[in-house]
Amino acid sequence: MSSRSEILGKIKSLKLEQKPLPETPVFAVSNNLEESFVKSILSNKGEIWTLQELEGKIQSGSFPKVYAKVPEFKSFSNQELPSDPHEFADLDLAIIRGQFGVAENGAIWLEDSDLGLRAVPFIAEHLAILLDRNQLVGNMHQAYQKVGMAESGFGLFIAGPSKTADIEQSLVIGAHGARSLLLILT
Amino acid sequence: MSHPVQAAEFLQDAAKAKWHDETLWFVRDKRDKISHTIPEWEQLRELASKIKDNVLGNLDIYLEDFERNATKNGIKVHWAKDAEEHNAIVLSILQEKNCKAIVKSKSILTEECHLNPYLEKSGIEVVDTDLGERIVQFLNQPPSHIVLPAIHLKKGEISDLFHEKLHTEKGNDDPTYLTQAARVHLREKFLGAKVAITGVNFGIAETGEFVVCTNEGNADMGVHLADVHIACMGIEKIIPKRQHLSVFLRLLARSATGQSITNYTSHFRSPAAGREMHIILVDNGRTAQLGRETFRNSLKCIRCGACMNTCPIYRRSGGFSYESTVPGPIGSILSPGLDLKKYSTLPFASTLCGSCSDVCPVKINIHEQLYAWRQEITKAQGTSPKSLSMSLGNGIFKSPLAYKISGTLMRAALKTLPDSLIYNPLNTYGKSRDLPELPKESFKDWYKKNRG
Amino acid sequence: MKPESPHIALFIPCYVDQFYPEVGVSTLELLEKLGCKVSYPQGQTCCGQPMANAGFERNTVGTTRHFIETFKDYDYVVAPSGSCVLHVKEHTPSIPGLEKEQAELHHKVYELTEFITDVLKVERIDGSYPHRVGYHASCHGQRGLRLASSSELNEEPFSKAKKLLENLAGLEWVQLSRTDECCGFGGTFAVTEEALSIQMGKDRLEDHMVHGAEILTGGDMSCIMHLQGIASRNKQTLQFKHIAEILNEAIS
Repeated sequence: MSSRSEILGKIKSLKLEQKPLPETPVFAVSNNLEESFVKSILSNKGEIWTLQELEGKIQSGSFPKVYAKVPEFKSFSNQELPSDPHEFADLDLAIIRGQFGVAENGAIWLEDSDLGLRAVPFIAEHLAILLDRNQLVGNMHQAYQKVGMAESGFGLFIAGPSKTADIEQSLVIGAHGARSLLLILT
Repeated sequence: MSHPVQAAEFLQDAAKAKWHDETLWFVRDKRDKISHTIPEWEQLRELASKIKDNVLGNLDIYLEDFERNATKNGIKVHWAKDAEEHNAIVLSILQEKNCKAIVKSKSILTEECHLNPYLEKSGIEVVDTDLGERIVQFLNQPPSHIVLPAIHLKKGEISDLFHEKLHTEKGNDDPTYLTQAARVHLREKFLGAKVAITGVNFGIAETGEFVVCTNEGNADMGVHLADVHIACMGIEKIIPKRQHLSVFLRLLARSATGQSITNYTSHFRSPAAGREMHIILVDNGRTAQLGRETFRNSLKCIRCGACMNTCPIYRRSGGFSYESTVPGPIGSILSPGLDLKKYSTLPFASTLCGSCSDVCPVKINIHEQLYAWRQEITKAQGTSPKSLSMSLGNGIFKSPLAYKISGTLMRAALKTLPDSLIYNPLNTYGKSRDLPELPKESFKDWYKKNRG
Repeated sequence: MKPESPHIALFIPCYVDQFYPEVGVSTLELLEKLGCKVSYPQGQTCCGQPMANAGFERNTVGTTRHFIETFKDYDYVVAPSGSCVLHVKEHTPSIPGLEKEQAELHHKVYELTEFITDVLKVERIDGSYPHRVGYHASCHGQRGLRLASSSELNEEPFSKAKKLLENLAGLEWVQLSRTDECCGFGGTFAVTEEALSIQMGKDRLEDHMVHGAEILTGGDMSCIMHLQGIASRNKQTLQFKHIAEILNEAIS
């Protein structure tokens, strides 16, 4: 007998009581989504920037290698999307656009089509995400309603920069992935 | 060794034990603060618990749904009845790809299956990429906590370790400096690995996707650079629908570390073009636990670790004192199902204070199950001297006269005998504690005189 | 309550009977001062908790049967112990032939403070007790009987014991860092995990000491016996009293 049928057979033979799925009620959300969202992002150690600030930083040479997936920064983009993500190993900045944000925790939803390559938001030294300030929801229940049955092969909530507290619970930003999350509300 | 022996050893280093207690209490306190900002917190726990009730009653159906949908999306689904089969599946994929070095992100399941030593025997280099896991891997230790793998180590110890392994400056114990060194070291491993292994936080039956949560981004760094992604998932990690993620994700990170969500929550539905994605569905004792009515809902666990952070025993005895892959209260109700004899002291490593049950985001009645395991263990152990004395106790307490005589005798004995002669349990009790001063008369005596 | 009121049985835990008769006396006097008609059934013994928690619930059939027979005819059973009450309600084996009496008893057994607040409906106790008092919430009372809000849960804060103590003139309630952490007694745990038990006790004592408690009180003498034993061994000067003693003293 295959392990598959053995495992499923064992479960079926238990004939367990079937209990109904509960309905998730509608919970109240913040009445100022933008304010809550910004607060959440900041507490996740993300940063709030303006378009001008990012432009200035790029122009000053802070980010030599830039990949911009968004039209607003196309002129600053000096890297083509490679077919192999390893070629982005020394990428300094990736600029992408998020689909929507969640006020209660600062999470930003992204799919394959927003990333170019799945590795982009992780392998870049710094990550900037543009987000339409009108695309905010209150909580995760609303977030998954918005995600719906989306069929992207990869979906991702990013809520801050790569971080760790594995050494004596001391928070360190920049573990393996992007050292910063620069959020620009548009 | 037994838990009491390990715990006593841990407490030998009083300063470190105190630090361990306070550090984990700090995490528990962060969890309290953030959970109190969510007015519907208790409703969410109830919802999560009920969704899991539904899952456990329909696990076969959801697993079949998951398999069908995942396969449709291009994920290869494997089934493993035990750890051995799980490890063999992983090895066969690696051999097929001729892969000699892999990166792995935190997965308690692969710890449970002892995957690392198995692969290493076959000449494969396994690199754990979660910072805490890499630290304990350097030390040849298992994680001491399921969310905070290196919580038993002080930064000085990590500094010495990194000096030896990564040639960092001797004596530099700045966490940022040490983390940076690990980043550089692991970046090279990420770029070199053809296969990446991850655990799974949730598998969704409705979509055939699975979700992995990290703060470091190590799971994603590994899998998006590798040609092949192997995800290892215990069969109980299934949830029915994508929308149910909202309930669990609101609870998970808040319960685990007191943050509102992990910085990365990745949903894997199908492999990227030209890549492969495998998922191994593992039983390894889970269907047996499902068959134990009293202990069934221990399978609701979402591995947040909150019961460890809150447990006054865990905080003062450390994860290794449990000698089981999952330590702490939840480990003490899961492990006896795997090996009752080996883990027989764990359900007794508790005062049944109940904090674990109140902190649990999926409302597992952990302390009640600890109590229930105790009943099972004493039954399995048969008539030991202890059980004999307990039977004797029952004989005394059901007969008022015998109780009175033995009570009077006990008080008399305590009064006149030197400590060393008082029988053994009381002797242990009195090692670091004074016994109460003995009254002239019992309450019963007083009552007879004054109200009789 | 008036004299014709319900008949209340006093359930005095075995170790209180043997080691702390003054707690039994205070409980009895306190209830009488609050107008109750109280009897102490003299045939009572131990409830069986030590055995059950050690994994021998099945060996407590005799003890449990005796308990039911002793107390079944009373309107209420009141004990100065959350732990023993919880045991009777949740951890006693079902007794053949006494199922009805057993089920009824589970609704008639009360821990002292909950009996005063929930059954007697006492809103406040007036009296005087000019001391700094630290309250040790026993886990079985706290999370088992829900005598106070649990720090883990997101619920309105409440404490039945605090409600009774807070109006006493001069009493200062000591705010602890960890409001409801276990003291480490745990019955046989105190012996089987001796090292942990002592450490947990020391930590609880420190919390009370650094916050300036003069008297440590609580609803379970088992916790207090353990804490007092450690304090006395280490020559700490804290005083220890059961809440029944404080309330009884305060209103006399």
